[in-house]
Amino acid sequence: MLARDDKDSLKRTPLYDLHVSLGGKMVPFAGYDMPVQYPAGVLKEHLHTRNAAGLFDVSHMGQLALRPRSGKVEDAARALERLVPQDSLAIAPGRQRYAQFTNAEGGILDDLMVANFGDHLFLVVNAACKAEDEAHLRANLSDDCMIDSLADRALIALQGPKAESALAKLCAEAPAMKFMDAGPHRVAGLDCFVSRSGYTGEDGFEISVPAGDAERLARALLDNPDVMPIGLGARDSLRLEGGLCLYGHDIDTATTPVEAALEWSVQKSRRTGGARAGGFPGAERILAHFDHGASRRRVGLRTEGRAPVREGALLFADATSHEPIGKVTSGGFGPSLNAPVAMGYVPTASSAIDTKLFAEVRGQRLAVQVAAMPFVKNTYKR
Amino acid sequence: MTTTLYTSDHEWLAIDGDVATVGITDYAQSQLGDVVFVELPKLGRTLKKAEAAAVVESVKAASDVYAPVTGEVLETNAALAAEPALVNSDAQGAAWFFKIKIADKSELGGLMDEAAYKAHTA
Repeated sequence: MLARDDKDSLKRTPLYDLHVSLGGKMVPFAGYDMPVQYPAGVLKEHLHTRNAAGLFDVSHMGQLALRPRSGKVEDAARALERLVPQDSLAIAPGRQRYAQFTNAEGGILDDLMVANFGDHLFLVVNAACKAEDEAHLRANLSDDCMIDSLADRALIALQGPKAESALAKLCAEAPAMKFMDAGPHRVAGLDCFVSRSGYTGEDGFEISVPAGDAERLARALLDNPDVMPIGLGARDSLRLEGGLCLYGHDIDTATTPVEAALEWSVQKSRRTGGARAGGFPGAERILAHFDHGASRRRVGLRTEGRAPVREGALLFADATSHEPIGKVTSGGFGPSLNAPVAMGYVPTASSAIDTKLFAEVRGQRLAVQVAAMPFVKNTYKR
Repeated sequence: MTTTLYTSDHEWLAIDGDVATVGITDYAQSQLGDVVFVELPKLGRTLKKAEAAAVVESVKAASDVYAPVTGEVLETNAALAAEPALVNSDAQGAAWFFKIKIADKSELGGLMDEAAYKAHTA
């Protein structure tokens, strides 16, 4: 239990009153008082998102604008490439890309979304890292960019097979958007930034809205019987089934994008032999991992029984060995699979699909198997 | 004639002679949320009072269930393996966890009756 003082020091998103009125069970998360679940519960919220549509308050995340001093968005994109191993220059206007801020050792400081809004870049970063991210951008990019923290905006995710029809009622342009399209749109008459993306493995949208209008927009979406409010509990089980990394758990300052099995997110232009190879923090180590392989790798894990294997569980090559070969970084129960799911790091030699390993849970070795991710097929509208 | 007592850790015990049937309270299940897995103690194991006896897992987290008294495990509820969600639907009935042979009845002295437990969770 938190002492009252701690609870009082928690920040609230613009949707706090809405969460409370909907019966949200509020818990501290990344310095915010956030709903972990509503009365429906994690299981129903999870399944409703996969079957219809879920509304998530992700306003705790950081939203930033990178405005090029030259007025040319490519100058902001070129500057950002000094901090990320992604090809930012190739992000077309109206498009978004997944990226990571790396450190000098090739580890990941944070993962983020970068969108090209035509005259500037729009960034969404993790709540727990947003102050450090903003300082990092200011320290490194201020000569080329003005860095605006968009703290006066809320962020609402609408995810699931009915997300498109639900948003279409308030934004006629939404159905025409493709996965990772992003840009300013009017939603319910409000000035929003909409991207067709999310963190569940489902088709869906993230909608940035002025803080003062956030509750109105959320209520307008929730008026649709297909849309249910979803808490952080189901957000975590949905992303885990989707094979998506949680920063601070599955990726951190000690994991490189290659170890994290995020090679797909690093375009060829930034790799060895590419037009703009290297030039980001930790390039030497990250490119060495690309060129020669890394010794460990993030993998998906499935179990034989129903006992969940959770974060921190040690992984072993066999039922009796004393030395662990790896560790689970996220794990729990996947409601859509009706089975436990986990991810963790193992030696690359043990990372092939179907490799049999053992996880230690409460002193017992449980048989687990390396499995392909995502665990649940994603349904992005490409 | 059975008497039901409660622990401050939210277990209930229905006592019939020197046998106690043990489960978690309705309050406990409401706090845990959707139960997806229950691990029960082995038959014949002798549990010490306050020792971790079982584990109940929700989507989010694992929680220990403690032995409310010292004694030998006589029976476990196989229905929970097939249907862990019973813990949510009938925590203080069909979703009992295990039966234990009470080794020392004096250990019951520190437990709460229903009125005291209600006050504890209020």
